[in-house]
Amino acid sequence: MSVHKASPHDAAALHVTGQARYVDDIPLPGNAVHLAFGLSRIARGRVTTMDLEKVRQAPGVIAVVTAGDLPGANDVSPSIHDEPLLCDGAVHYHGQPLFLVVADSHLAARKAARMGDVSYDEEPPVLTIEDALEKDWRFEDGPRVYTKGDVDAALAQAPNRLSGQIEMGGQEHFYLEGQAALALPQEGGDMVVHASTQHPTEIQHKVAEALNLPMHAVRVETRRMGGGFGGKESQGNALAVACAVAARLTGRPAKMRYDRDDDMTITGKRHDFRIDYTVGHDADGRILAVDFTQYTRCGWAQDLSLPVADRAMLHADNAYLLPNARITSHRLRTNMASATAFRGFGGPQGMVGIERVMDHLAHVLGLDPVELRRRNYYRAAPLAAPATPDTTPPAPGTKLDPGDVASRGATQVSSGLGAAKRFGGEFSPASPPEDSNTTPYHMEVTDFILHEMTDTLLKRADYTSRKAAVADWNAANARLKKGIGFSPVKFGISFTLTHLNQAGALVHVYQDGSVHMNHGGTEMGQGLFQKVAQVAASRFGLPLEAVKITATDTGKVPNTSATAASSGSDLNGMAVKAACDTIRDRMAACLAELHQVQPTDVVFAEGEVRVGAETMPFSRAAQIAYENRVSLSATGFYKTPEVAWDRIAGKGRPFFYFAYGAAITEVVIDTLTGENRILRTDILHDTGASLNPALDIGQIEGGYVQGAGWLTTEELWWDDRGRLRTHAPSTYKIPACSDRPDIFNVALWEGENRAETIYRSKAVGEPPFMLGISAHLALSDACAACGPAFPDLQAPATAEEVQRAIKRAQA
Amino acid sequence: MNITFLLNGETVHAEAPATRTLLDWLREDRGLTGTKEGCNEGDCGACTVMVTDGSGPRALNACILFLPQLHGKSVRTVEGLAAPDGTLHPVQQAMIDHHGSQCGFCTPGFVVSMATAHAAGRTDHDDVLAGNLCRCTGYAPIIRAARAAEGAPAPAHIAEDGNGLAGRAPVQDATAGAPFLPATADALADWYAAHPDATLIAGATDVGLWVTKDLRDLAPVAFLSRCADLGDIADTGEYLRIGAAATMTDVLAALRPLHPSYAEMVRRYGSEQVRNAATLGGNIANGSPIGDNPPALIALGARLHLRHGQTRRELPIEDFFLDYGKQDRQPGEFVEAVTIPKTAPALRCYKISKRFDQDISALCGCFNVTVAEGVVTGARIAFGGMAGIPKRAAATEAALAGQPWTTQTLAAASAALAEDFQPLTDMRASAAYRLEVAQGLLIRYFEDLAGTGSQVLEVTP
Repeated sequence: MSVHKASPHDAAALHVTGQARYVDDIPLPGNAVHLAFGLSRIARGRVTTMDLEKVRQAPGVIAVVTAGDLPGANDVSPSIHDEPLLCDGAVHYHGQPLFLVVADSHLAARKAARMGDVSYDEEPPVLTIEDALEKDWRFEDGPRVYTKGDVDAALAQAPNRLSGQIEMGGQEHFYLEGQAALALPQEGGDMVVHASTQHPTEIQHKVAEALNLPMHAVRVETRRMGGGFGGKESQGNALAVACAVAARLTGRPAKMRYDRDDDMTITGKRHDFRIDYTVGHDADGRILAVDFTQYTRCGWAQDLSLPVADRAMLHADNAYLLPNARITSHRLRTNMASATAFRGFGGPQGMVGIERVMDHLAHVLGLDPVELRRRNYYRAAPLAAPATPDTTPPAPGTKLDPGDVASRGATQVSSGLGAAKRFGGEFSPASPPEDSNTTPYHMEVTDFILHEMTDTLLKRADYTSRKAAVADWNAANARLKKGIGFSPVKFGISFTLTHLNQAGALVHVYQDGSVHMNHGGTEMGQGLFQKVAQVAASRFGLPLEAVKITATDTGKVPNTSATAASSGSDLNGMAVKAACDTIRDRMAACLAELHQVQPTDVVFAEGEVRVGAETMPFSRAAQIAYENRVSLSATGFYKTPEVAWDRIAGKGRPFFYFAYGAAITEVVIDTLTGENRILRTDILHDTGASLNPALDIGQIEGGYVQGAGWLTTEELWWDDRGRLRTHAPSTYKIPACSDRPDIFNVALWEGENRAETIYRSKAVGEPPFMLGISAHLALSDACAACGPAFPDLQAPATAEEVQRAIKRAQA
Repeated sequence: MNITFLLNGETVHAEAPATRTLLDWLREDRGLTGTKEGCNEGDCGACTVMVTDGSGPRALNACILFLPQLHGKSVRTVEGLAAPDGTLHPVQQAMIDHHGSQCGFCTPGFVVSMATAHAAGRTDHDDVLAGNLCRCTGYAPIIRAARAAEGAPAPAHIAEDGNGLAGRAPVQDATAGAPFLPATADALADWYAAHPDATLIAGATDVGLWVTKDLRDLAPVAFLSRCADLGDIADTGEYLRIGAAATMTDVLAALRPLHPSYAEMVRRYGSEQVRNAATLGGNIANGSPIGDNPPALIALGARLHLRHGQTRRELPIEDFFLDYGKQDRQPGEFVEAVTIPKTAPALRCYKISKRFDQDISALCGCFNVTVAEGVVTGARIAFGGMAGIPKRAAATEAALAGQPWTTQTLAAASAALAEDFQPLTDMRASAAYRLEVAQGLLIRYFEDLAGTGSQVLEVTP
């Protein structure tokens, strides 16, 4: 079987030779035009006059487009039609597109775009949480609130209470390939669009609206992106629509790519958050109640902010059973670029809140932060069926003392098949009692494996003796202090907008036995195409080379969801499996009839097909099927079962299952300068029965470093006029090569997904990002070694912020 | 103008405007789209190419490299790394085997950087790759690949780049406004005196951005890339004379045995690609308040050599920086060289930035305090990032002069720093942090001289 193997990325050989083709690499017809936006120079106000004569006269300019020139809808919003492609008079942020330049070269378009003579009626921008609250600038009518238990009473009765606040900055995606799109006008007004997008169907939808066309007249193709990370879920709409409009107006192919500074100025970033907390706890550090208030600056348009903020609420518990919890979420509108999806989609922000609570509690109580966390973990999943046949499922809601399972090793974790039904879905209690293993949104946690994972990781990372060594170092060193931090991850898998949990596939088997595979997922580097190809090869018993990976194409698979929410292989793997199985079953039926055996006696393995006693190459089987007039093309479809919830009430089952992980990070800081770096990181991460361990480890290593970057060096800095001043890699610092941990140990947890996913694997795109939280906790630990007080480290923990935290600790 | 060079082993002639970048020319004119544009300012390395001349192969950022700079050299892009028979370069194969690519967009740049380092037998991979950003992998698999390829034989077809077109003189375009490519400092001096409004382009790591980001037309321009004598580094016995066009890579090599702390700062200056292009003279002449060389040179007591036509003058380097954006340089006058003392055992240079590698300093503090029998006999202290110019800390120095070298004196000097500097708050750091860290660096310096200092980069797990 091709699955569970560490095959390299399908395009690795193309990557290293420069042959892998991205949107900007597609050869253009000679008459193609190039586009650039003229941008607003203020953050809030109205355009009073816009004199574009100099732009029109600039060398190479073919046309200049303003809102009034658009043939259809002036909107590129993925949600509520509040995002004009070109300014309709109101300016909402610095860098908002005002007009569109169409020129004969990229450079000519960029030059001309700066020549607009625009005057404004400027108003003071709303930039801060306080400003937005005062003006009541928000999305939705008020704060969203999820509640479990009676928080006020529990807080009042708790023997101890603790309050605090943590701010965390946003994050620029810094996909290495900037946003890009290319529109090729077709006969009869149709349009073909190549876009660097995680969501071809959304591009198709917005282009169709902009051109007043039915969706069938627009075809969108995406072979690959040079990185996405959520930044190409909705932020590519503007470029694709601009290209389509320019192509319509000029009748020529139109390409647009943002220069990096424009990209960072125009497009949205991760939502920044401030989280206020009050926690009631007992003397042993067990949390009795938590009251979180989450504030997030969503920027000027709604975009995806509601589900992002929802997911922050849904991860406010992370790995901890909170007997009473209230999470209040304020989604604030500000005059900044519209914050958007970014790996984790709010989950990381919610998680940082509860992890801060854990550290704060541990500091106040003088407890080991790992021990304190374990005391508050959800109860372990019921033990899986033993190896000896025992078909009796455990009673729903079975409680186990965490102590009973604390030392379980990986090999004893669920063997998989059937487990999903046993532990979830229809066998779950309809209304679990409040004291059971439920989240603040009332979902029973039935697959919790962090007790065992934590135990294993602590041993592998030699946590106890290293923690002692850190203390020794700190006692011996006045200037440099070390810190060690642990953080677990429990991340909910499924789109919280439930209807998005669907996927389609199209598979052809040609008469020579080669296979053409297509599905709705997009490739942004994560290796989705290879993983799904491994599924297809496995279904046909073929070597991987027999399966042709093809570009995502709205003409092949319609109505796709964004490749987001870590869902890519779960959804598309299942859809491709369904399509392959349809074809395989047709072939089996045909061969069985010809050979007078049962279809179940037709076996596809190792490139061959065994029909009863006879064996033939797969290609021969395909030829026979073709000659017997069997359809060798099929679609496949999948929808995630069992998910259903009420996002307004915050009740139900938004997630099919959870993915788990844990990390330990050790850092060193300089108390004179706040300079800091990661020395060592140990990770144990749960990918179920990995479809491809090499690609999954790649997601984990990369996710960790990206997460650590978010919380350390990556600082977005706006000035008081709302201008983002960190709009290039010269000023916005993602981790560089030497910023990775000196020692970087990553291991996969060995255990199948209890939920019935594709080959019992688990989603891996987002969850490892949050392992980076351990780096922030380690820095906080190092700061805490500088004095008696809680350092209250905020994020990002730049050298400057570490310096401030040291002073707070010393106070 | 017409430029001739080797591209992936073949002689090519490029007819292009003076400030056409190699990256745009490769992608748009030649259809060689393997070389990527990631940032268009030399900060991400996605456009890295290998350029070979008489001094061997080096990695450069094609996005801020103008075609005239390449005349007579060899350029190798990612498309030219595999052997003519298709055999992958060892670093390419290692990147596949070790899962070093994910989205693949940064990969060509990484592979070219790795191949260039491989050709030189280098194994300091973190330094080699500091100028290549990857957002997917977390770098670990890339380093595994780089290590795996160490020692593999270098492909012969790449070694041939060194035979290149050395010695081929450019055909000087006589039309008005055409770029000038002098072969000697004398020729440059005459031309610049006659064209005082011209822009001099050496490595283009700063001037390049005037074109790619500010979208300026720079004509007339002179390229210094062929002025070999302007890049000489000469040992005069007591002093080292560094030609203005010496690259920071050459400067780093010269500094290592003499001034290890300054050299360590230069190791973190820009990136491999940037140091391979950037010149010491450029870092001085542009007058930036955040350039890292000026404070080090001030602390060293360097002297700056300026030239206008046949007229030369020299001055202490701190006197060159008059005010923000204003230097003591006359029209038509250029920086010809810097002389620095060869010994300064007490020199320490500290660069503070958000990220260790390839970041512009929030502040940079350079200290050179001589102590005899416990008393300060000389103090040269300078900072970058603390004022509108790279500036000597006069009050601090005065607080130290003639005083016992003790923590008490240090406290007085620390207070004096607040008189010397009223730094700004910007995206790199707040004013308060800058001043506080400047004071912290004074303590670090004291402890370094005492042999008790340590920094986080020295700590191993």
